[in-house]
Amino acid sequence: MSIARCLCLAALALPAISATPAVAADHVVGPMLGKSASAELVAARSSSVYPDGRGLPQGRGDVESGRTVFREKCASCHGPAGEGGPGGHLAGRGPLTGPDADKTVGNYWPFATTLFDFVHRAMPMNAPGSLTVDETYSVTTFVLFLNGVVDGQRTLDALSLPKVRMPNRAGFVWIDAKGQPEP
Amino acid sequence: MSRERRDVPSTEDLQPVAGGGLLDRRLFLKRGLILSGAGAMVLAADAHAGDDALPWMRKPGRGFSNYGQPSEQERRAIRWISANRTVPGNGVSWTPLHALEGIVTPSGLHFERHHNGVPEIPFERHQLLVHGMVKRPLAFSMADLSRYPMRSQMLFLECGGNSNSGWNKEPLQSRAGYLHGLVSCSEWAGVPLSIVLDEAGVDPQAKWLIAEGADAAAIHISIPLEKAMKDCMLALYQNGERIRPENGYPLRLIVPGWEGILNIKWLHRLELAREPVMARNETARYTELMPDGRARMFTFVMEAKSVITSPSPGETLPGRGLYEIRGLAWSGRGKIRRVEVSADAGRSWAPAQLQEPVLPLCFTRFRIPWNWSGAPAVLKSRAIDETGYVQPEREKLIAERGRNGYFHYNAIAAWQVEDDGEVTHVYR
Repeated sequence: MSIARCLCLAALALPAISATPAVAADHVVGPMLGKSASAELVAARSSSVYPDGRGLPQGRGDVESGRTVFREKCASCHGPAGEGGPGGHLAGRGPLTGPDADKTVGNYWPFATTLFDFVHRAMPMNAPGSLTVDETYSVTTFVLFLNGVVDGQRTLDALSLPKVRMPNRAGFVWIDAKGQPEP
Repeated sequence: MSRERRDVPSTEDLQPVAGGGLLDRRLFLKRGLILSGAGAMVLAADAHAGDDALPWMRKPGRGFSNYGQPSEQERRAIRWISANRTVPGNGVSWTPLHALEGIVTPSGLHFERHHNGVPEIPFERHQLLVHGMVKRPLAFSMADLSRYPMRSQMLFLECGGNSNSGWNKEPLQSRAGYLHGLVSCSEWAGVPLSIVLDEAGVDPQAKWLIAEGADAAAIHISIPLEKAMKDCMLALYQNGERIRPENGYPLRLIVPGWEGILNIKWLHRLELAREPVMARNETARYTELMPDGRARMFTFVMEAKSVITSPSPGETLPGRGLYEIRGLAWSGRGKIRRVEVSADAGRSWAPAQLQEPVLPLCFTRFRIPWNWSGAPAVLKSRAIDETGYVQPEREKLIAERGRNGYFHYNAIAAWQVEDDGEVTHVYR
């Protein structure tokens, strides 16, 4: 019998012999088979970028290089200036009220970090994850420029991207997560 | 009314309990199945008599099969697909609710919403990583996870975008399942999530769980830790068998009663955090714009909804007489307490029979007999859950939310029965 199997039996026996009040009556203990995850594995898989910039990789990008990346990798779905195509439009600052309310990055997305996170993990859809870190910063900066959120001279990196204040940052009401910590 | 007809149950039985010919919900229980007001018909003897009448009884049948398939004659009971023309893996397929009975959705007909296709994941290579604000970052193989204590639960699963054509100005004409079938109901089996989180040792400061799938969209989403510890499940099985690829093989996070996007398919990563990650699919999408320009966010609970699956649009009733109105109701807040049906566009309502078992966070099948007079009628159903929440009329929902919300449409649906028996979708 393997060591893992012995541990499994020992752990499964715990609820029966445990009378400590710290353990709830319906508390189920597993066989404790999880393997310790190395720092390398965790680093390789940790892809989430948080609003405070946690998770952003080192790198940088500007509007002009973003324009080039966008033309080559994004324009076929989103249009040369983000005006739309099979992948939907990305730019615009129209009102969010009225019958023609139209959500875009510029008038709706509350965090600039979300744009980096999404592009880096999922775009372009025919080759997700293929953009380099610098290309991702560049195209993020370019899309923010298309939306009038940053000017044409802007360069963004891990320190400055979380500081970009999105116009609709305060536009959301939490419904089923009231009282939970916010970013 | 056809009270004087001699071939239907007694006059007393056919006393309507509400307008439009709705009958006591117990009628069929008392009288057995009487589905035609015309009474027992005598089949013509010519075409179906003699030695060759039942040829399938005159020769040996087909042999065994390793995995059964639906009858060749049921090819119309399928998911209807709507996908992006340039990215075929980005779209949806609807469960044909109008073609199904009972409360279980066959796994092959469970609705799909994929953001970039269905990945082919080798079972032996898939790992679940638990990290972030934990004492011990852990990785679990699927073989190891399969050794953990399991439980199973019957649960509905509904996309936040289900029924969203209801926001349209004109009622879309389609089958009930292709209007409301981004919802399905399965028996999910797997490991309670709390066991695995406890093993990793969650930091008391952690309040959110970020779950990520191993698909080409690498979808990730934030879930309050309290819900994760309460009743979430690491599901390995659906309706008795390993989860199918399009439903998350080999591992799916099940978040009972909450919107579909949280139920991450192909789950491979759980990160404990103090705050939500603010992913694209909880900010730019799956949030609902309100008339004042602000938007509802983290609208997790799927509120009570019901839909009449028969009679429903696309059907033509063969004639006046007795029918069983059948439908499904569900609520993300718990059990369905009551379903009421109207056959006169909501002027009067009668309680439907709820078929046992009525389970929390699960489809509930409702039924009520109806004596159709042959005159135009509008059928509606409304669900009331155990919290007392009443499924709203469309007008009320739109007055509260406007028409730009896109997600979380749960208004009462109305089916019009024309005098020729044709059933259409109407706003009434």
